[in-house]
Amino acid sequence: METNKAIAQQEFNPVMKKPFRYKSAVQGIPLFSILIFYFIVIAYPLFWMVINSFKTTEEIFANSWALPQSWLVSNYAHAWETGISGYFLNSTIVTVSTCLLTVFLSALGAYGLTRFEFKGKNTLLIICMAGMMLSPQVSLVPLYKLIQALGIHDTYLALILPYVAYRIPITILLIRAAFLDVPKELEESAFLDGCSTWTVFTKIFIPLNLPILLTGVVLTAYFTWNEFMFALIFVDSEALKTIPAGLMQFRDALQTNWGVLLAGLMISAAPIIILFLFMQKYFIRGLASGSVKG
Amino acid sequence: MLSRKVVPFLYIAPCLLLMGVFVYYPIIENFRFSFYEFSAFSPDKVFVGFENFLTLFQDEVFYIALKNNIWYAVISIIFQVFGGLVLAAILEDPVTRFVSSFFRTVFFLPVVISITVIALLFSFIYNPDIGLLNSLLTLLGLEEWTRAWLGESETAIFAVIAVSQWQSIGYIMMLFIIAIQAIPKELYEAAEIDGAGKIRKFIYVTVPQVKEMLFVATLITLTGAFTVFNEPYILTGGGPGNASEVLGTLLYNSAFFKDQMGYASAIATVILILTLLVSLVQMKLFKTGKDG
Repeated sequence: METNKAIAQQEFNPVMKKPFRYKSAVQGIPLFSILIFYFIVIAYPLFWMVINSFKTTEEIFANSWALPQSWLVSNYAHAWETGISGYFLNSTIVTVSTCLLTVFLSALGAYGLTRFEFKGKNTLLIICMAGMMLSPQVSLVPLYKLIQALGIHDTYLALILPYVAYRIPITILLIRAAFLDVPKELEESAFLDGCSTWTVFTKIFIPLNLPILLTGVVLTAYFTWNEFMFALIFVDSEALKTIPAGLMQFRDALQTNWGVLLAGLMISAAPIIILFLFMQKYFIRGLASGSVKG
Repeated sequence: MLSRKVVPFLYIAPCLLLMGVFVYYPIIENFRFSFYEFSAFSPDKVFVGFENFLTLFQDEVFYIALKNNIWYAVISIIFQVFGGLVLAAILEDPVTRFVSSFFRTVFFLPVVISITVIALLFSFIYNPDIGLLNSLLTLLGLEEWTRAWLGESETAIFAVIAVSQWQSIGYIMMLFIIAIQAIPKELYEAAEIDGAGKIRKFIYVTVPQVKEMLFVATLITLTGAFTVFNEPYILTGGGPGNASEVLGTLLYNSAFFKDQMGYASAIATVILILTLLVSLVQMKLFKTGKDG
């Protein structure tokens, strides 16, 4: 919340009037040079991917720098039909389920952790938070065994359940901070009216905190859409693979068809880029309060 | 009517259950597994004591991997933490304000793109024949520098590390931007009155004021460096030979290629201890820094 305020204030603050504008412009030259240099470093490879995704392989080999002679939109159709559509569907199913489950369960947990007084509350809080320190790599082997034992290996659940479990700590942290800010009076008057804690949760806490819940959804979606290691190991069937793991197969299938491969990369990256561009505010708010990557 | 005592636990229970089963239980199991020898599909486990660890510490690939992880850590601290901080400071400088939100968005873009997409894109960029990097070097007249970046054992790991930097600098930069925006403007104004230039303001105002984020960013970067898997796995698979092996790929290969599950668990235990050590040292350093 505060970060957003800070951002808002900054952007609407008029630039301070300085007497020596010429001097400050000259001082700015090294800064702009660094920005432009780094801009090229970041933007050029992305631009290269975009333009070459519209070319034939021969054209990429002949001249990968130039704009395409004719824009081959068919590369995209070809990529879509060569497997990307299936991966895309799987990723969508896994991402939507993970987001809904994670945010719903974390909201429940955050509610339990903020609106009640009980013994062991701090211990529970620490248990929830400490999960953030543990990286999935470390429990790969037991997790693999566990997923086999539960009989969910090679199903969507083999991805969804571990994703949710690993995203809960950060999401609880995020939602808890927002729930702590909800004034006590609101729920007290609801209790006087005879509402149960469940009604208070669904009728007051959820509607009141939609922005933070949305932040939770955006961050979870970003994590889930891009997660690679679990997707590679816990699902074997081609038909169930999500995009990050599926792309490995896609690459092997298309060895020499570069244009189509690049088109596939473009399709895979697009949803999260679009989500980010439209929901930047929520992304940054989540980063600010969480400060923990994937 | 449920008693007030039970109700909060009902709300927390689903989270605890999931985390217990999929986060905490596997960590404990992993410790146990590292003292056994077993394969993926057989239920039999043989207790071998510390043998997995002894084998690991005599395995020269383990040291190659560890060395590569340390390279990862050192380079990531320089580029992501230091580079990210400098970029953040530049984007928050009043001079660049009119373009900062554009650059901020572009610099952050690689963070949201899947690592598989980025790694595959870079395998094109590093392509020895027509890759962007070699073409660029040729264009600049540095033809003798061109090489098969991912195919030669001296450069493979650094080419992989470079991809990680390319992707992650924007993330750490964003964290620092958030921290810098919280610095009271009066501090900069006071420094200006004292005649401080941009560099002095950066050293004496920005850096001390974002110390907390500096701690968080270092922790994230170091933990990331010791648990890295995706980039080396996709770009080189640890090769050529074992030249770009890291602990993460070593773990994966032991478990799912050689089917040495106990040995892989021992590697995971080492990774866990390394990351915990890094966190502890960091917290200790940060505390003493705070007091002093």
